[in-house]
Amino acid sequence: MKQRIGVYICHCGGNISDYVDVEKVREAVAQNDGVLIAKTTMFACADSNQKGMVQDIKENQLDGVVVASCSPKLHEITFKAVVERAGLNKYNYVHANIREQVSWPHSDNKAGATQKAIQIVKAAIAKVRLSEAIEPLEVDTTQAVLVIGAGVAGMKAAISLSKMGTKVYLIEREPFIGGRIAQWDVLCLTNETGKELVSRLYTEIVSNKNIALYTGAQLVDCKGSIGNFTAKVKLSPRYVKETCIDKEILKKAINACPVEVPDEFNFGITKRRAIYHNFPAEYPQTAVIDMNSCTRCGKCTEICDKIDLNMKEEFLELKVGSILVATGFDPYTPNEGEFGYNVIDNVITLSQFKRLLAFSEPGKLQWHDKPVKNVAYIYCVGSRQVDGNNKYCSRYCCTATINTALKSNDKFPELNHFHFTRGIRTYGKQEQLYHNASKSGHVFFQSYEDDPCRVEHKNNKTTVKINDILTNRKELEVEADIVVLVTGMVPRSNNNISDILKLPRGRDNFFNEIHMKLRPVETVIDGITIAGACQGPKNVVESINSALSAAIKTYSFVGKDKLMVKPEVAEVTPDLCKWCDECTKACPFDAIFKNEQGVAQVNETVCKGCGMCLPVCPTNAIQLKTFSDIEIASMIDVLANEL
Amino acid sequence: MSTSENPRILVFSTVKISDPAIDMAGLLKLHYSSKVYTISVPCSSAVKPRWILRALEKDFDGVFIAADGTDCPYGESCTEKTGEIVKKTHQLMKERNIDPIRLKMAAICSVCSEPFIKQINNFSNTLLNLKTKE
Repeated sequence: MKQRIGVYICHCGGNISDYVDVEKVREAVAQNDGVLIAKTTMFACADSNQKGMVQDIKENQLDGVVVASCSPKLHEITFKAVVERAGLNKYNYVHANIREQVSWPHSDNKAGATQKAIQIVKAAIAKVRLSEAIEPLEVDTTQAVLVIGAGVAGMKAAISLSKMGTKVYLIEREPFIGGRIAQWDVLCLTNETGKELVSRLYTEIVSNKNIALYTGAQLVDCKGSIGNFTAKVKLSPRYVKETCIDKEILKKAINACPVEVPDEFNFGITKRRAIYHNFPAEYPQTAVIDMNSCTRCGKCTEICDKIDLNMKEEFLELKVGSILVATGFDPYTPNEGEFGYNVIDNVITLSQFKRLLAFSEPGKLQWHDKPVKNVAYIYCVGSRQVDGNNKYCSRYCCTATINTALKSNDKFPELNHFHFTRGIRTYGKQEQLYHNASKSGHVFFQSYEDDPCRVEHKNNKTTVKINDILTNRKELEVEADIVVLVTGMVPRSNNNISDILKLPRGRDNFFNEIHMKLRPVETVIDGITIAGACQGPKNVVESINSALSAAIKTYSFVGKDKLMVKPEVAEVTPDLCKWCDECTKACPFDAIFKNEQGVAQVNETVCKGCGMCLPVCPTNAIQLKTFSDIEIASMIDVLANEL
Repeated sequence: MSTSENPRILVFSTVKISDPAIDMAGLLKLHYSSKVYTISVPCSSAVKPRWILRALEKDFDGVFIAADGTDCPYGESCTEKTGEIVKKTHQLMKERNIDPIRLKMAAICSVCSEPFIKQINNFSNTLLNLKTKE
């Protein structure tokens, strides 16, 4: 039990003391058991007060400290650092929130606020009295990082990490790098094409000795924890050797392939062979055989001796200190009949339309041999759903659509654009595009979510009708040669990374960060960060920003030989454990195992301190450090005592 | 709304999700009863039934679990697990002749300040009605 406790009660200018009688709080707690010093201070976080606290702790040999001030989200770290500077263990510090949870919400009731502040500070004192000095767990760190996904976010993160001197293993499941960006043409604002961007990043990666790039590489297993992960990666063969550089021979081999399948790169609007190669933005520039489609007829091997259908898959075992996940997104696929998709011939998605524009010859745009002049865009398909699960805005699609429409006129000047929106969200500098489109004669309509536009196909004509709220709900209709569904982003459908790494997902089903603002690239799995659109809809700039942020955070895990990890983990009292297996079933991180003595044991470096194992133990054999039964009970008792 | 008759409520909130919502309620000067106290835990699935029972037996009128819900950074199973804790505790409460209505759970996300106030006010009213009946 701590008996030399220092208590500091902050005025926070007047944010607290305007509503809480801080002197009364001080008097009420000064005589509490174990309290040696109780002071009020105008600004607890001020340098002068911090120095005073350090002096108090040293001169009076304080063994516990409580600061009652603002939310712990703001200054708990500050005051923990203060006590550490004074030589005290930071777990002998407890923070009391008397601003956000007392003075502000109870500014209408000063007496009540003061009484509540007294109880909260007393509860903090009760907790610190029972606090134990615990030390962070020290783990050795492997100074290497695994980056999963070689889209724009993964590539930028890999380059950034390599520049900091870290060894990077960059793995890409697909045979070519670039992710979704490779499929895009001119990007907004920079006017760089997806191919140029991917090409630039690829050149930088292959010339960087710190980065090992693997394509056709899929994470299949991962063991270990922060500082020491062992990742097992399956390498799928290309079946075409890198020495295959004769383009003419390869072209003949491709043409000899009798198999034709929908081309995913063009979102199914064209066909490709089982052996394929040479899309505009594909790197590395070596062809590949899709073994799911290949019939092994051998016709390509008869033409090109660099093709080997007997190549085998290989496995890599990578030892890394941290993992950065940048696995990207899928474009939303509309349901059958959703705005006529897959039912009306000339209804396609924005992704398909962009590819159509990219590979069509300049001049006249055609869809299924018919000229295209009027293009109708229907926004928010698969985003901001009223009935579906995708409640979120996909952020990039308004800008992408307007940018695509504007740029399309450079190549196809005859196109007319009609935008059926639910309110345009071209935020930031992108607003200029909306302005330009409006000035260029694009027509914008708007409807509410409960009254969306309709697509009809009669007498060989496709029309889009809307009750336009910009013209007082007047029904307007446009005859369209092609209807483009502006589809948003959804999480990757075939992404098993979540299961392997035990990464939690949010309610939008994208990977979940710890806190969107305070810890935006960290996951609850220590040592694993997330970047780019695997975390939620983002445009290119936002993806790159998050990638650079994740790279910095990741480097903080592997930049040194040793790493300190939080010691607030579960611990088992062996004498109480009867091994019923309930705790292992409750633990989402496989941090608990049955040891040689036949009782539960916690792997401290794997445990995340969530406490899910606590309530399921029938013998109450598990405690969570800093949230133990006696600490919680002491707080409950004190808080109840006022009553 | 803060009177001496206001029911006394202990809130188990979570460090990463519901704490920010409750803090933001303060920031927005959204008022609620000063008889509402908060103890922070890492995850709502970590609340032990014995903690809830202790609070109720120590004269708190009610216990409110501000659950992480689907936002829980530790995984999707949180909602289900917290629900199990509430179910189990309700049973224990019945065995001790404590009205199960005194324990309430609701998902409070990190920006759910207004829903928090609404939930707490509704719970206060429920507990006040219970007191009146008693």
